[in-house]
Amino acid sequence: MQNLLSKYEKKLVKSGLADNGDPLLGILDAKIKWNKKGDTIKIFEKTFERLNINSLIFSKPKEPYFSIINYLAKNSEGIIKPVDCETRTFFHDLPVSFEFNTDAVISGLKKRKCVIIPNHGIIATGTVGIEQAFIAYSSVCFSCFVKFFSDYLYAVKSNKPDKSFKKEFEKVLNFVNPPLSYNHRLMEGPFTSNADAIGAMKETGKLMVDLKLVDSFFGNISYCRNNTLLISQTGSSLDELLGCIDLCPLDGSSCSGITASSELPAHLEIINKTGHKAILHGHPRFSVILSMDCDIVNCLKKDLCHIKCPQKRHIREIPVVSGEVGSGLCGLCNTVPEAIIDKPGVIVYGHGVFTSGIKDFNEPFMNLLQIENDCYKEYLNRV
Amino acid sequence: MFGWCGKILEINLSEKRFRTFTPDPDILIKFIGGRGLSGYFLKEHITLNWDDPGMPVLLFTGPLANTSSPFSGFTNVMSRSPLTGTIGDSSVGGNFGTQLKRAGFDGIIITGKSDILCGIEIHNSKIEIIKVPHMAGMPTGETGSILKDKGSTAVIGPASENGVLFSNIIFDINIAGCRNGLGLVLAAKNLKYITVKGTKKTKVSDPNDLEKSKEDILRLIYASPVLSGSFGISKFGTAALFDLINDRRMMPTDNFRRTYFKHAHLINAPSLRKLYNPKDDGCPQCNIMCKKVIRTGISMPEFETLSHFSALIGNTDIETVISANRFCNETGMDAISAASTLACFSEINEKKLSSSEILDLLNAITYKKGEGEFLGLGAARYAKMKGHPDTAIVVKGQELSSYDPRGAYGMALSYAVSTRGGCNLNAATIGYEILRKPVAINRFTFEGKARIVKNSEDLNAAVDSLAVCRFIFFAASMEEYARVFHAVTGISLSADELIKSGERIYYNERIMNAENGFSAKDDDLPSRFFNSYGYKGSDIKIRPINRKSFLKARTNYYKARGLDKSGMPVPETAKRLGL
Ligand code: SF4
Ligand SMILES: [Zn+2]
Repeated sequence: MQNLLSKYEKKLVKSGLADNGDPLLGILDAKIKWNKKGDTIKIFEKTFERLNINSLIFSKPKEPYFSIINYLAKNSEGIIKPVDCETRTFFHDLPVSFEFNTDAVISGLKKRKCVIIPNHGIIATGTVGIEQAFIAYSSVCFSCFVKFFSDYLYAVKSNKPDKSFKKEFEKVLNFVNPPLSYNHRLMEGPFTSNADAIGAMKETGKLMVDLKLVDSFFGNISYCRNNTLLISQTGSSLDELLGCIDLCPLDGSSCSGITASSELPAHLEIINKTGHKAILHGHPRFSVILSMDCDIVNCLKKDLCHIKCPQKRHIREIPVVSGEVGSGLCGLCNTVPEAIIDKPGVIVYGHGVFTSGIKDFNEPFMNLLQIENDCYKEYLNRV
Repeated sequence: MFGWCGKILEINLSEKRFRTFTPDPDILIKFIGGRGLSGYFLKEHITLNWDDPGMPVLLFTGPLANTSSPFSGFTNVMSRSPLTGTIGDSSVGGNFGTQLKRAGFDGIIITGKSDILCGIEIHNSKIEIIKVPHMAGMPTGETGSILKDKGSTAVIGPASENGVLFSNIIFDINIAGCRNGLGLVLAAKNLKYITVKGTKKTKVSDPNDLEKSKEDILRLIYASPVLSGSFGISKFGTAALFDLINDRRMMPTDNFRRTYFKHAHLINAPSLRKLYNPKDDGCPQCNIMCKKVIRTGISMPEFETLSHFSALIGNTDIETVISANRFCNETGMDAISAASTLACFSEINEKKLSSSEILDLLNAITYKKGEGEFLGLGAARYAKMKGHPDTAIVVKGQELSSYDPRGAYGMALSYAVSTRGGCNLNAATIGYEILRKPVAINRFTFEGKARIVKNSEDLNAAVDSLAVCRFIFFAASMEEYARVFHAVTGISLSADELIKSGERIYYNERIMNAENGFSAKDDDLPSRFFNSYGYKGSDIKIRPINRKSFLKARTNYYKARGLDKSGMPVPETAKRLGL
């Protein structure tokens, strides 16, 4: 248990989601184990007692998240409604509690997996594992970031952001990393063994997370060799792919890939359409934010942009398509593969980016990086 | 009243009388429906023997049935199990729950014993008890077909009528439900079948919000690889799990002496699909359609049946699996227990079973011929009788299903403490230990598992009481269903409060078992799992479970569940839960 506590404490810090020493983590089996002592433990002991949870994370988020979340919470009426598709699908909305006491915390957590306490931080819980709490915490940070920057862009374009929003935006922007760069080569393909391919997948996944290009839990990666698709498993972390890669024979002779990423159908179809071997998918922030910035007025599908956008949209030369996670009729597996042909990548509305490469991850990685950098620059242009 | 009908039908077969009554609305909220209400009404009778005419069989559906709530309309069947002596229950899909609500009832309680073989026919408020001596011994498919115009059907077959302890009930011709020998409880009442049909509507408090919450759930379903993915249950049925469980080296093989089946590729879901090109079938309000049928009356085997009729008994012939599955469904016996009992037979007699021997033995069990008479008592009794009790791989007398506990320690704990004997479904830890939903957790440790198992049992008890399909919870969570519940009933209960009801419902079952003498001594696994390896490969090893760690986890579980050290319920917990 102690191992898990320290693993996720470190992960919060390393991912830039909390400052060293801030996160409080607890796991309950017969007794609650905490990673540290603290005044708030009393509130959370009651929380464990009264809720059907087994793990909890409480932390003040690191900047810029702290300012962003406080700003959004202050201007919410008790609920922050995310704008990105992933958070909307899996978390619906994010409750805010303006009081920080046992009853207020419990009342928020009875409904959702997390609650935001302005000026204090985020409380996130899990029912079967601390990883659930980590994902919830990380999703709050991600979706609030996206919402803050989207709202600001919208405010700039529709009228003018009020003074306090502008001031907050400028403060927050100071914390945002400048465009990312990377000058080394990744493992060179085509890979002649599964071990090499898996090695390259691990290297690429870890690099994406280490550069903070994407968050660890949101994205997937695959490589196709010998009529078999090697693909990261559903819910795996891009920076911890060891033992989390499924082998799916393309001839369909085995169902072992049932635990493969939910984007497996999209990966298969991209391979089919492009003949590429290496595919990357992640949720870089500014690509997500910009994908939702649309100037078309009177669009008939206004509230269905994420599933039924009828326009051919682009950011620079990168296509922006609609499509939901997975394999439904409106699934992105029906839009991304067609759009990616002969392009450096595709952005999915409010969701993330897909890139692919002919023989290894150098090309898709650099493309992903470039798309995010371009979107960042373009965002600054637009505001 | 929204959601519930607020009316329960009670039928006494001895007196050939029925009455309806209105339960206290508080009880509906506290126990929800399905498994919760079944347990509530079973409790006062639980110390009776299963074949006592006073022992009720309860069939309950939930408040969401007969609305457009996704994946709703399940039916929970409960009584005291002839096989285990514990409570016996099962939640089954199909049309029964929906029709029951249409007829105007939340549930049926059947007591008494008919003096002649009979059927119960419910058509709205018209209730008839029909004498059917000519149906004695009739296979379930034939019975179901004769009755199909009368609505949804629940029928027993010759296995029940001949006293097989693991006989079951077949719903709507294709759906095998009810482990624990519940078919035999119907047979003890001389009840061959129940049909139900109705035309009433269920009132929904907020239809608009119900539609919106439905969209949320469907989005999650499409995002779930296990349900909707290229290799998921929607495409292949539950047989989709076959390769994965074998790959994880936890496929019970040769009566749990090994955990890897090297012939899996001959029997797996893609092979089945190629050979039989099955059609999709499923429950009303379902987008997944996990049931695969070859043609009416012939279903594709579920994963557990596929695995037990192949790996567990060393059979590599796919046709034999299909035939054995079909035979079990036609005669109305639980395929998991049947196969496991054959595996026990095979080990004791050191005999590899041929295809024809498998089918002959199933026949002998049904018709009490030769050794079949004893095999029909289930693996535990059979093995004891033969002087080899260790070869029965059971918990509380019920045969384990197709997830070897050495390959997932939460599963090990949950098998041991399950209120209905060796059952993988009470906690369904397979979701996170293998399928990575909602998150993946280390399967080879007991650390943290006590609380996790307890939480999952509570969640699943709530799901069974809402009477919705369990599979959906590989994708959705109680958060989404709390919204559905509110939209339908108008009652605002949070996800956590619904799960708290699950805790109450589960504890009630624990109390019932305690009243029949079940305690820590019964919450245990067969010794095989503590003594021997399941698989030794260079990449992965399935080790014997460390007994000390297991016992510690069990003690922790008792603590988490609010039981005393010997696993017995205590008044304080009961009071806290409002029992
Ligand atoms: S997934 Fe299967 S069991 Fe569940 S509701 Fe659909 S058809 Fe019925
Ligand atoms: Zn994504």
